This record gives sequence, structure tokens and C-alpha cells, in this order.
Amino acid sequence: MSRYLLRRLLLLAPVLLGVSIVVFLVLHLSPGDPAEIMLGPQATQEDVARLRADLGLDQPLPLQYAHWMAHVLQGDLGRSIRMRQPVLGEVLDRFRATLLLTVTALLLSTVGGITLGVVSAARPHSLVDRLSTVGSIFGASMPSFWLGLVLMVCFSLWLGWLPASGMYGAHGGGGLGDLLSHLTLPAITLAAASMTIIARLTRSTMLDILRQDFVRTARAKGLVERGVVLRHALRNALIPTVTVVGVQAGYLLGGAIFTETVFAWPGVGTLMVQGILARDFPLVQGCVLVIALVFVLFNLAVDLLYAFLDPRIRYE
Amino acid sequence: MRPLRETARRRPRNRLALAAFVVLAVAVLAALLAPVLPILDPDAVDTPNRLKPPGTPGHLLGTDEFGRDMLARLVWGARISLLAGVGAAGASMLIGVLLGLHAGYWGGRVDTIVMRLTDILMAFPYILLAIAIVAGLGPGLTNAMVAIAIVGFPIYARLVRAVVLSLREREFVEAARALGSSDRVILRRHLLPHLLAPVVVAFSLDVGAKILATAGLSFLGLGTQPPTADWGSMLATARTFVILRPHVALLPGLAIFLVVLSLNILGDALQDFLDPRMRHG
Repeated sequence: MSRYLLRRLLLLAPVLLGVSIVVFLVLHLSPGDPAEIMLGPQATQEDVARLRADLGLDQPLPLQYAHWMAHVLQGDLGRSIRMRQPVLGEVLDRFRATLLLTVTALLLSTVGGITLGVVSAARPHSLVDRLSTVGSIFGASMPSFWLGLVLMVCFSLWLGWLPASGMYGAHGGGGLGDLLSHLTLPAITLAAASMTIIARLTRSTMLDILRQDFVRTARAKGLVERGVVLRHALRNALIPTVTVVGVQAGYLLGGAIFTETVFAWPGVGTLMVQGILARDFPLVQGCVLVIALVFVLFNLAVDLLYAFLDPRIRYE
Repeated sequence: MRPLRETARRRPRNRLALAAFVVLAVAVLAALLAPVLPILDPDAVDTPNRLKPPGTPGHLLGTDEFGRDMLARLVWGARISLLAGVGAAGASMLIGVLLGLHAGYWGGRVDTIVMRLTDILMAFPYILLAIAIVAGLGPGLTNAMVAIAIVGFPIYARLVRAVVLSLREREFVEAARALGSSDRVILRRHLLPHLLAPVVVAFSLDVGAKILATAGLSFLGLGTQPPTADWGSMLATARTFVILRPHVALLPGLAIFLVVLSLNILGDALQDFLDPRMRHG
């Protein structure tokens, strides 16, 4: 396992290097002078020259990259032009909200998806199975930002059960109950599509496994069906599910941007969109870099978990 | 399975594909015929009649926050949303096929460079990278399409590379080479036709995803800019008024949902047709 871990960590280096180059190039994709774009048409030549020097834009590109990386490695992601504050602090502050939303959605989609998948596989062509099939087709076609608005109209506007936006209520809020009530709709919105994907995969894997000899043996021994499904089949079906859950985690991290925008959730996604519209490049770079890093590390964690669950992977 | 039983089993799926085809045909025809259809001007502001509900005389689907006719905006929005999806998917496909074909055929350094590039692009959450590219290029529909095309090509490149890798040592390629065909002829005349079925299936399933992605960027304010009507940007502006008049947000979202759903169902049907081995159980 340690050799596998070492190999995976070594493979991480070129990916991180590539990610950092892409994030760095974001600033340099602009057809014009980034300093002029950031400051807008009213800026004087002196202002533009000062910002160019501050951002190091007057130096050759490779040197700019080396300079930027040296700062990034020391935890300095630059200063936000709009907020005039260090980017890292602001991004990390907002990232907690994004992480809370993403992890809650991931838990919901994993638990919900596996449960639906197991029930569908145990009773193929039942009502639950048919609903799950329809749900999976709908899930892949429904824009999450629209689903969010639909849920908001139903549960906030018509039924009045849950708050429509924000992370805490304006009056007398701040407690766990307040947070949970605000979290419910965004988490369900974000989790919906992933839940249907996990459910479909669990169902098809379970159906394959339930036809195998060891399951027949377990049934022949006289085990109750519940034990066969949960203790024998599900355990084996979980291995491919882990990979999909890992892929979905990345998808949720990216998709959170839409959910945050719909529900005014104060996460890093809304911060990034504000940064783009204000042409605050250091802020945008910081947001993209932090999300991409977490995504890469998450993928690594999933790979390691996969190797732990299925030892054959390590020796390939 | 006997043909009769097979046909009976597949009938509901065929009906579903037919329904999807009808929905898509209506959307495409509406988009194409928008200039000649008897509908109002999609940009005509009529503030006294703002936020009218569906069924209002003269406005079948109601009006938006500026009193603009929702039906007209949905029909004109279909042009942009469909074009953006097809354009972005088409560009992704072209870049991906070109790179995948050469990576698979030449191998070696070309393959390493293309594969590492796809690795790096796939190391980002898909939509995050698209947003980052739009951040650099600046908001706008064309830039949003470029961004989505860039983040979308690795899937095609990997698919095509895998197919070419399996084909390049086959007898018909060896025979063509032995007969003195140049690499260019082998690539274009012998390998490219084999890629048609898998690439067409991937494209048909991808257009829906690209419509969702471009609508998503427009929803964030990074794609189509006002006052141009596109389903994503209609949803974005409607967000503010959803509490007052839900129809302004529900209708453009429903349009996106129905079109993408139809594309996904038709993509599945096309996959069944072109590759019967992949038929769903």
C-alpha cells in the first residue's frame, strides 16, 4: 500500500503543475491588457502602470509564473482588487460554506442513491424501481439552477416551510436549527442529479452481483433475503460505487456555484462569480486554484480508498 | 430473443423516442422559423403590462419584468440556446477528433502531449474550468461557447484515441500500408469512417450537456448578455422575480429541461440503433 501511495503522490506533481499553469494563464487569456481591463476605462496611465508593476505584468511570462508560484507556495495568493484584502483569507472563509454544502449534498446523494439502488435491484420493475429510472433520466436533463428555483417556489413560496435564501436568518438566527433549515433546499438541489447517477450504478452492479454463484450459495444456506442483499451483495457492489461517488464529489464542488447563486449561499462560487463580473483577476485565480486543489486531493483520496477496498488495484 | 417479442419489448422505448423527436422538432422548427412566426417582438418593452401571468389576452405565456412577451422570448431564445449547444458540442468534437486521431495513430510524443493535456483539463471540475476561461476571455456568448468547447474536447479525444489504438494494427490498415497508402490517406479514408458511429453517438448525447452548460454560464451572467433572449439568461433575470411571478423562471427552465431530456432520449435511441450490442436490458 505504501508503494502505491508513493506512486500516486508522485503522479500528483505533474497534475498540480499543469493545474497551476492553467490557473496562471487565466489572467493572460484576456485579449487586452489585464491591468486596463481590471481598472476600467476611467483609469489613468499611472494607475495602469502601477497595477501592471504590482501584478508583475511588465515581466516576461515564465518569470511571472515563477514569481506567482513562489508566492502561492508561501500561501500568498495576492490581494483582491475589489476588496483590497488578501485573497487567501477571503477564499478560505467562503470555502467553509461551500464545503458544508458540498459535503452535505454528497452525503445525501450517497445515502439516498445507494438506498434507492439497493431497493430497485432487490425488487426490479417495482414502483420504486420505475420511479428511480424516470428520476435518473430527469436528473441528467434538469438544470440544477432551475430545480433550485422550482424547490424554492414550492417549499418557500407556496408551503412556507423553508427559507428561500442565505445561510442564516436575518433575525434571531445563527443556531444549528437555523443553519439546517437554510441548508436543506440547496443541499437537495445540489444532490439530486448525483443521487440518480449513484442509484442507477448501484442498481446495475447489485443486479449483476445478485446473479452470481456466491449469492446463490448464501441463499441455499438458508440466509434470509435481507442478509443476502445487505451483507453479501451490497458489500461487493460498493466498490464501483466509491469511484462514482468520488467523481460526483468533484461534480458537486463545481456544480455548487449554481446552487450558491440560486440560494444566495455565501460560498466560494458566488465569490468567484462576483470576482469575474468585477474583473478582479487575483480573486478569481485564488478561487479557481483552491477549488481545483481540493478537487485533485479529493480524487487522490478516492483512488486510495478504492485501492484499500480492492487490493487488486495496488498490484496492477 | 424472437423478433416479435423483441419488437413488443421495445415498443414503449420507441414511443418515448418518438415523443422526444416531436418535442425536439417543435423546438428546432420554432427556432428556425422565429422571424416569420406570428409572434410579438421579443425585445419590445411594455412596462404597464409587466409580469402578467400566462393566459393574459395577447400574451399566451404572460410577460416578463419589462412587459416583454414570454412566448416570443422563449421562441427567439431557442435559436441562441440550441445554436450555443450544437456549436459548443461541434467545436469540442472537431478538436477532440483531430487530437485523438493523431494521438492514437502516431503514438509516442504526440500521444503523450495530447494525453497529458487532457489529464490536466480533466483535473478541474468541468464547469469551474469553463468559468475560469470565461473569466479570462470576458463574459459573452461566443466566449462561453469557446470555453465550453475547450473543456469538452478531452472526452472526444480519449474516445477517438481508444478506437484508433484498437484499429491501427488491424489487417485492413496493414493492407493499406502495404499497398503504399500514405498516412494521410490511411487516416482519412480508412480510419475516419470507423469513428463515425461512436462519435455521432457521443455527439448526440453531448449536445444536451452543452446546452445545460451554456445555459448555466448565461445564468451566472457570463454568457449571453441582456437584452438578448436565451433560456439561461432569462432564468437569471427571472430569479429576482420568482417570488412575485414564478412563471418567468419556470417557463425557460422547462424549455431547457424538455429539450435536453428529448436529446438524451434520442441519443440513447441512436446508440441502440448504431450499436445494438449496447442495447439496454
